[in-house]
Amino acid sequence: MLWPLGACALLAGCGPQYVVLHPAGPVASTELHLIETVSIAMAAVILFVVALFVIALVRFRDRPGNKAPYSPDWDGSRTLEVIWFLIPVLILAVIAVPTVRQTYALAHLPKQADPLIIDVTSLDWKWLFEYPAQHIATVNYIEVPTGTPVLYELTANSPMNTFWVPQLGGMEYTMPGRVLPLWLQADKPGVYWGRSANFSGRGFVDMLFDIQAVPAAEFQTWVQGVQQTAPAMAAAEYQRLLKFGTAGRATYSAYPAGTFPQTTNGFSLQGGMYMPTAVPGGASAAASPSAAMAPSAAMAMGGNG
Amino acid sequence: MMASLLHLLFPPSVRSPLELGSDVAIVLTSAAIVFVLTRYRKWGWLWREWLTSADHKKIGIMYLIAAIVMLFRGGVDALLMRTQLAIPNNQFLNANHYDAIFTTHGTIMVFFMAMPFIFALFNIAIPLMIGARDVAFPRLNAISFWLFAFAALLFNISFVVGGSPTAGWTAYPPLTELAFTPGIGQNYYLLALQISGIGTIATGVNFLVTILRMRAPGMTLMRMPLFVWSALVTSVLILFAFPALTVALALNMLDRLFGSTFFTLTSGGMPMMYVNLFWIWGHPEVYILVLPSFGIFSEVVATFSRKRLFGYAAMVASLVAITVLSYGVWVHHFFTMGAGPSVNVFFGVSTMLIAIPTGVKVFNWIFTMWRGRIRLEMPMLWALAFIPTFVLGGATGVMLAVVPGDYQFHNSYFLVAHFHNVLIGGVVFGLFSGMYYWWPKMFGYSLNPRMGRWAFWLFFLGFWVTFVPQYFLGLAGMTRRMYIYAHGFGWTGLNQISTVGAFAMGAGFVVLVYSVVWSMRYGERDVTGDPWDGRTLEWSLPSPVPEYNFAQIPTVTDRDAWWAMKQQAPAGAAAAPVHLRPIHVPKRSAQPFGIGLSFFVVGLGMVFSWWWIAGAGFLGVIFCILLGMFEYDLHEEMSVETIRETEAAMGRVGA
Repeated sequence: MLWPLGACALLAGCGPQYVVLHPAGPVASTELHLIETVSIAMAAVILFVVALFVIALVRFRDRPGNKAPYSPDWDGSRTLEVIWFLIPVLILAVIAVPTVRQTYALAHLPKQADPLIIDVTSLDWKWLFEYPAQHIATVNYIEVPTGTPVLYELTANSPMNTFWVPQLGGMEYTMPGRVLPLWLQADKPGVYWGRSANFSGRGFVDMLFDIQAVPAAEFQTWVQGVQQTAPAMAAAEYQRLLKFGTAGRATYSAYPAGTFPQTTNGFSLQGGMYMPTAVPGGASAAASPSAAMAPSAAMAMGGNG
Repeated sequence: MMASLLHLLFPPSVRSPLELGSDVAIVLTSAAIVFVLTRYRKWGWLWREWLTSADHKKIGIMYLIAAIVMLFRGGVDALLMRTQLAIPNNQFLNANHYDAIFTTHGTIMVFFMAMPFIFALFNIAIPLMIGARDVAFPRLNAISFWLFAFAALLFNISFVVGGSPTAGWTAYPPLTELAFTPGIGQNYYLLALQISGIGTIATGVNFLVTILRMRAPGMTLMRMPLFVWSALVTSVLILFAFPALTVALALNMLDRLFGSTFFTLTSGGMPMMYVNLFWIWGHPEVYILVLPSFGIFSEVVATFSRKRLFGYAAMVASLVAITVLSYGVWVHHFFTMGAGPSVNVFFGVSTMLIAIPTGVKVFNWIFTMWRGRIRLEMPMLWALAFIPTFVLGGATGVMLAVVPGDYQFHNSYFLVAHFHNVLIGGVVFGLFSGMYYWWPKMFGYSLNPRMGRWAFWLFFLGFWVTFVPQYFLGLAGMTRRMYIYAHGFGWTGLNQISTVGAFAMGAGFVVLVYSVVWSMRYGERDVTGDPWDGRTLEWSLPSPVPEYNFAQIPTVTDRDAWWAMKQQAPAGAAAAPVHLRPIHVPKRSAQPFGIGLSFFVVGLGMVFSWWWIAGAGFLGVIFCILLGMFEYDLHEEMSVETIRETEAAMGRVGA
């Protein structure tokens, strides 16, 4: 009945399908490390409490001839109560300190490199990805360079979804009217699946995408190939994507201006709601080159008759 | 005209074989009930003794029956979901059907199973435990029940008329806005929860006042049984949490029915605000559900260890601490909504703090058993099952409070496993424990323990088999509310194990219901009124308890009041009352039923935007309230003679 998760996570003996336990980048590694720490602490708590519980149960059963002490009026002990007040306090301190530290750490991009920026919009029911610096767009898949942090700017032109790539790191919501930041990085080349974890209607299970992590040079080649050979996304094509329905993969050499919000609920993206980078003046939200636009225009749903 | 009305009432989503089969079953069951009531001329009895009663014990029993019926409904939903997920690419349910089922499963289990189950046990036990003759406001109590009952009815008919809601029990906009969820299913959710919410808030008021004002002489706050303490803090939680839900539901309803734009995608709507309001209610709600169970465990563990509760003051302090802390943790339901690290850290740490009072309580339960004499009766079995189960649920709760960990766990099956772990392992096990514990007090006979053990082991082991694999499914990246999954993710085996466990739990429920039916006829009768050698005042009364509860209000001298009385006068503790006086008992009335029915009409009218029906219902509500205002005496007097006869018939001789 005891809980094998902690041991399983430690041994990493679980198969590759346990994506959370097989990180492929620094964010997911940090998160897994914390999960392991708290698993060990919690496993210790569970073992201790269950052991105490079983001893009490076996020793003090109401059986004829049970010689264990019976003190029907024993109803308190200051010492004992102080001890088990302190036990959870200590354990939580052990957990809380790294939690606080890593929560702040994950909110900042690493210092050394400029991130690649990808603007992510969840639609009903497909993912639209726009590369503002490269001026290209994709649907339901992206390519990213390995070893480079990628800043995902997340929004929705639909009900809320979450952007989750378990092997690269934890999720963040895509919300209409807001742009939320999330940075992830792939250290190893590979294909990592992502999906939405927040129910968004009958096509929710199809909110799937792949992240293809390739070496930087290969990524540049791919970008150039897309810029030169893929079709441009016309406004009509964007309107078509907004309609209810699922979609396959698509690649575009350009996309209409104003499809990604520049402001959110009256805040500019350079303002307080946005994730700061560790480097002052470094590449951040300010780098987003999308043309200024009225949020209401971008947020209006098309074709939801 | 007729065709469009038929389409509105019976859209394609309610015309699948599953629904039609249920329609037939519902019609047959209803016909059978009507037949039996008519055949045995029980209509008058049903109306006079039950539907119009303001007796807290009868209201409690009606809550209990409703809760078990709803447990069946929610459980069937669960089994349908587990059947659908048993194999990849299963075509048993389509997306819309599955979405409706997980929505009604969650909504029913929280609002129409757990809540009434808790109120059942409050109603049955609290007045008896504090030495009172009823709750503070018996009429209001009946109104609360009928608001709940008709709200549950309103919610459940969505299944066969008009279509169920499909946006999840949390019902986040903008998904729940008309643009994305057209039709009337979501209106059922909004209206039914709003109506039952009125009843819930009234129940909170009622038990708060009852406990503060109606305790027997000598029962100071620090002599109250722990279950009474848990009811007190639960009432406070209800009063300060439910209004937030009321507002959230009302704003969403205004958006859907009257074209406002509080949470819409367009016109400056702010869906995030709903999420905040929902969880400002939602997290205290978790403690509204689990604290009563904590109270039950404290009673049961002490009784069946034949020992005083360990660390009473710390237990009370823990309850109060959890109550206060529970208002400061709601953001942990959405660490992934971009609140920023400072906010997330605050709410992560505040969430962890709740583990401290909870840990104190677990240790105190174990040390109540320590140096006691543990009897493995049915209530104790459920309480014992709770401890290791809840410890795991609490531990995974701490894992979810670790903010970066939550980024990976949020909305995955890890989360699903966690909250079922606390809601079943904590709440349901506790409610079953309380049900077995007070069953003889309610009905005068015990439930068959042999069948009880079968039900227990099926349900308990089934629980572990169902939910432990779901933690691993979460680590494998499976998210909640997926109606279908493909081969190749490595989820199949775990899902199959989980489905097997779910059916074991279902079998446990069937055995439990069978044991109720069996025990009605053959169960061991409780002639003493104190079958468990209890410690608190309800066990000083005969079973079932007479309408007026206490012929003579007891005087309390100790925390375990009844235990102390038994120690002082071992033989004659339940001795006959000496100074009998006439007792005022609440009069029966059709008004609460009328108010519930009128609200049902209001709700139904608003669901379909049939304003003249809603208006008629509203007039009905006003009429019933006015009618109540002209009833000048809500009580009737029971004479000394009647009391004497009743007591003598109960075997309390010498009266």
